[in-house]
Amino acid sequence: MWSQIKKIWQLLGEYQKVTILTPFLAVLGAGAETIAPLLMAAMIDQGVNTGNLQQIYWYATWTLLFSLLGMGASAWAAICAARAGAGMAKNVRAAMYARIQDFSFRNIDKFSPASLITRMTSDVNSVQNAFSILIRMAVRAPASLFFSLVVAFILNWRLALIFLVLAPVIIIGMYFISTRAHPHFKKLFKIYDRLNLVVEENVRGVRVVKTFVTQRREINKFHTVSDEIYQEFSLAEKILAATSPLMEICTYASIIAIAWFGSHFIIEGTFTTGELISLVNYSMHILMSLMMISMMMVMLVMSRAALERICEVLDEVVDLVNPEHPIKIVPDGRVDFACVGFSYVGDRRRECLQNISLHVPSGQTLGIIGGTGAGKTSLVQLIPRLYDTTQGSVRVGGHDVRDYDLKALRDSVAMVLQKNVLFSGTIRQNLRWGNPHASDQEMITACQQAQIHDFIVSLPAGYDTQVEQGGTNFSGGQRQRLCIARALLKQPKVLILDDSTSAVDTKTEGLIRGAWKTQIPNTTIIIIAQRILSVQQADQILVLDDGQISGLGTHEQLLATNKIYQEVYASQANQEVTS
Amino acid sequence: MTNHTMTTRHHLDHRLLKRLLRQIWPFRWRAACVLVLIILANLDTVINSLYIGLLIDKYIQPMLASGSHDFTPLMLSLMTMSCIYLFGVVVSFLSEYLMIPVTQGVLKNIRDKMFVRLQHLPLEYFDNNKFGDIMSRFTNDTDTLEQMIGRSLPNVITSITMIIMVVITMIYQSFYLTLVAAGVIGVMMWVSAMILKRSGRYFVIHQKTLGDVNGLIEETISGQKVIKVFSHEREAIRDFTRLNDKLALNNQRANAYANVLMPIMINFGNLQYILIGIIGGIMAVNGWGGVSLGLIASFMYLSRNLSRPISMVSQQLNSIVVALAGASRIFALIDEQPEEDNGQITLVNAKKTHGQLQETRAHTGLWAWKKPDGQLVELEGDVRFEHVTFSYQPGKPVLNDVSFYAQPGQKIAFVGHTGAGKTTITNLLNRFYDIDAGTILYDGLDIKDIKKADLRRSLGIVLQETNLFTGSVRDNIAYGKPLADWSAIEAAAKTANADSFIQHLPQGYQTKLEGDGSDLSQGQRQLLAIARAALLDPPVMILDEATSSIDTRTERLIQEGMDNLMAGRTTLVIAHRLSTVRQARAIMVMDHGRIIESGSHEKLMKQKGVYYQLYTGAFELE
Repeated sequence: MWSQIKKIWQLLGEYQKVTILTPFLAVLGAGAETIAPLLMAAMIDQGVNTGNLQQIYWYATWTLLFSLLGMGASAWAAICAARAGAGMAKNVRAAMYARIQDFSFRNIDKFSPASLITRMTSDVNSVQNAFSILIRMAVRAPASLFFSLVVAFILNWRLALIFLVLAPVIIIGMYFISTRAHPHFKKLFKIYDRLNLVVEENVRGVRVVKTFVTQRREINKFHTVSDEIYQEFSLAEKILAATSPLMEICTYASIIAIAWFGSHFIIEGTFTTGELISLVNYSMHILMSLMMISMMMVMLVMSRAALERICEVLDEVVDLVNPEHPIKIVPDGRVDFACVGFSYVGDRRRECLQNISLHVPSGQTLGIIGGTGAGKTSLVQLIPRLYDTTQGSVRVGGHDVRDYDLKALRDSVAMVLQKNVLFSGTIRQNLRWGNPHASDQEMITACQQAQIHDFIVSLPAGYDTQVEQGGTNFSGGQRQRLCIARALLKQPKVLILDDSTSAVDTKTEGLIRGAWKTQIPNTTIIIIAQRILSVQQADQILVLDDGQISGLGTHEQLLATNKIYQEVYASQANQEVTS
Repeated sequence: MTNHTMTTRHHLDHRLLKRLLRQIWPFRWRAACVLVLIILANLDTVINSLYIGLLIDKYIQPMLASGSHDFTPLMLSLMTMSCIYLFGVVVSFLSEYLMIPVTQGVLKNIRDKMFVRLQHLPLEYFDNNKFGDIMSRFTNDTDTLEQMIGRSLPNVITSITMIIMVVITMIYQSFYLTLVAAGVIGVMMWVSAMILKRSGRYFVIHQKTLGDVNGLIEETISGQKVIKVFSHEREAIRDFTRLNDKLALNNQRANAYANVLMPIMINFGNLQYILIGIIGGIMAVNGWGGVSLGLIASFMYLSRNLSRPISMVSQQLNSIVVALAGASRIFALIDEQPEEDNGQITLVNAKKTHGQLQETRAHTGLWAWKKPDGQLVELEGDVRFEHVTFSYQPGKPVLNDVSFYAQPGQKIAFVGHTGAGKTTITNLLNRFYDIDAGTILYDGLDIKDIKKADLRRSLGIVLQETNLFTGSVRDNIAYGKPLADWSAIEAAAKTANADSFIQHLPQGYQTKLEGDGSDLSQGQRQLLAIARAALLDPPVMILDEATSSIDTRTERLIQEGMDNLMAGRTTLVIAHRLSTVRQARAIMVMDHGRIIESGSHEKLMKQKGVYYQLYTGAFELE
């Protein structure tokens, strides 16, 4: 917990000052608010009771001043708290975002994007809420308690002893209630997750639900969960309902005690009616502060989980870092694998690539064929160093990829992922992703090479057409070609296509390959494909099977020697007519 | 103008609030009890607040004056008070305790109503509303409603009854001092209204920026791997920082106004307290208005009980406004028009005795359509589209005068570009959408006359996208027929060619699937979808091929599975890979909502038209 609080403190940066200022102002406010009624008591005793108007005015002025001071300080504290809270959230989000940008693929896999999103959104929100309340209350409530107690003791120390008896009753009572309720709330959150899951699956699968006519069962499923929420929530709330009788009993007990003993003291002459009124007033203050303190503790416990989840992201060790003296220039597009073994979990017994050695000269084309889980994607991801090998080494341009500056390496090795992602923005903005400084002419050339230029200019807004989130306003083939153009615009030395022409028709695909041959002859191209047709003309074709090289050679060589290749070829040949 | 819009909005809110309160009706007796208890508790609080004044005026001052040391009357009064206090504790506890089932019950009913309605909404609704929007009604909007019904509403009721009672007591005690209190309250309300207006405005801006930031986070983090591949990190951070800074500013503004409200209200309360003390003191000293020391004490006490509920109400107003916005979204969902179904014809099990169809309860494998007049028509699977025209949005026809037929057992394939209208045909046959013109006949019956549930039960559909549900593999295959026995499920899996991969899963058929079966490959998910349709054993199949790329071996498995499924059934295939269509009885080539070519593979190849170009790879299929 402490290390996490320290971390947040460091992240506060320029907001540290305002964070410290907040509790001080809050205490000042609380102090002034506490003293005002004290002055009131004096006014009643020395002014009203004696009929001395002079005294009344005197005390009234002071009381007003203190009240205004209290209001000013508290309001300022509130503004500071808002500033500190917003600043804290901003810095935490920025730090998390920057840290995620440094994450390697392995780090991303470990958390999963969905979990990273939750951590950056709702977890930060809940920590911010707790933070802004805490910095105002953390000092204020104890201070208010302290002031009120001091005043109570000054007014009449014998009567003030009542609070010493009641304080532990409240703290223990609240602790008992919140620890009792907490597990129910935890369980409740889990049930909520289930409820969301039922709705989510139902809405996403609405077509399935309708075609299989399973509405009634879906409703039953939902009812079961919503019933559970009803039960569990009622239970938790019933436990929390014990708070108010606890507080009220304590309040009333203190009032009765003060009234009884207080009137004795008044008759004895050691206490005054004005003091009695203020003491009753302070008893409220004291009990409220006690309740605040207990609530704060509960809040701290509740937001703790979120804080932990945030710190997990911030503390995550990035496993891919730049070497000390990185090479900044990739000389050419040679790609070499030397006895490469790779495992996602870093465990040599669970390698998904084993003993891979191959050499692709600069400017040549390598095709990769293999079934699901053969390790095709894993293999190409090692080239731009998205993962580090478990064994052996991968070289690009003659240097080990681990010796390069990561940005330099990835700028030279362009990769079109299997899951193509276009971002919301215009086509132009999406294309410029790869190379923000590209000229319009370069952009058009890249699009021409990817055979998408004609389509783009046929759109009413041309290159300024808006791409919707996920690129849903384009067909699969168009999306793939846009992604290829985006990669080409980087003018890479190595271009990797991970099954990214599957939706492009064979003729267009042929045109794309033709354009590459003539226009970017020095770029090394690595293509993963399901269709033999896509790789047939490659200089080399690699057949992967279960993480190992099953065959490496030209189309003709493999057709003659490799069993898997023959099989795939045969199954496709009788289905498709080659162009 | 502004005034006008404001009043109409106010009016709307009013209706909304009324409707929301009507949700409490099923719990009216309990809610009425709670209301009575709240009033009793408030009455108790008012009496309590008067007590200190009473104590001073009736007991302490006379004792001081007479020098008596007889504490018996005081003790008796304290004992009475203890009883009143205790009564108050019990009453307020009961009011809270009894309210819990009301709040939770209302929420449960609202959730259930929403979900039930969701099940009966037409597909258009899901097309026109974003997934996130639908979800947030079950999460955010219901949460704010919980806050409102469970906390704000009782608080406001308590506060208002409190205010009324306190004001009555105050007037009864001293009219002039009440005026002082009222003056301060007036200022208080004016200030809080000003603050609330500002905070409300900034709150809206803040919510919007928060949505933008969350949207950006969602988009970029989901595409994080692409960012890495393009080493686009620095630009991503730059874009994020710009929005993040904006959010911090708006957040600070909105929260500053919201935070400032409470301290200002509290101090106004103090100010009122002090003013009453001062003015009351002056009045007492001068003997004006019959103000006594005890009266000042109890009046000051009362003023506390007046300012507290007022600041409470002003604080709750914010959350009530937010909750009402949520409630309006919830009610909008509940008010959505459900899918219409005027069909009268139902699907029944049948048997044939002496060539005569008879309805039967047992599953015979033979089905019949039962007309409202009791006449039975055998379900054979004859599907005819006659001059069908359809548009999702008026004026943009997706299908134009489409006619074709599939006789029982025939396989018809549809090919064409994305957007040519292929998938729409399946959507119309199972009446996800209703056609604008023309007729669709099923075994000679207009599908508009068939009950939707029965129509859909008679069709086996493998959709383009596979949706799996949390549960075991077995549960997922048996999704359409939960009572199916083991052997039937296994047989269906075998038909679909899914059995072998399922056997290789860690727990076989009992393997738990989570997150839409994300552990399975696309191909495996499709195999499960085929098995799911196979279990139903329907006479008519609609296969909408998946577009995603699948490795050759799995594709062959899927192909065989589909072939098994199609055997002996009327089948409509929406083809994305031309390999599927060659054996079709007829191939319909679609373009811009029309059938432009039709015929067998051989005939179309000879024609050298669009089909020929598609087949030879000259056009993209998607």
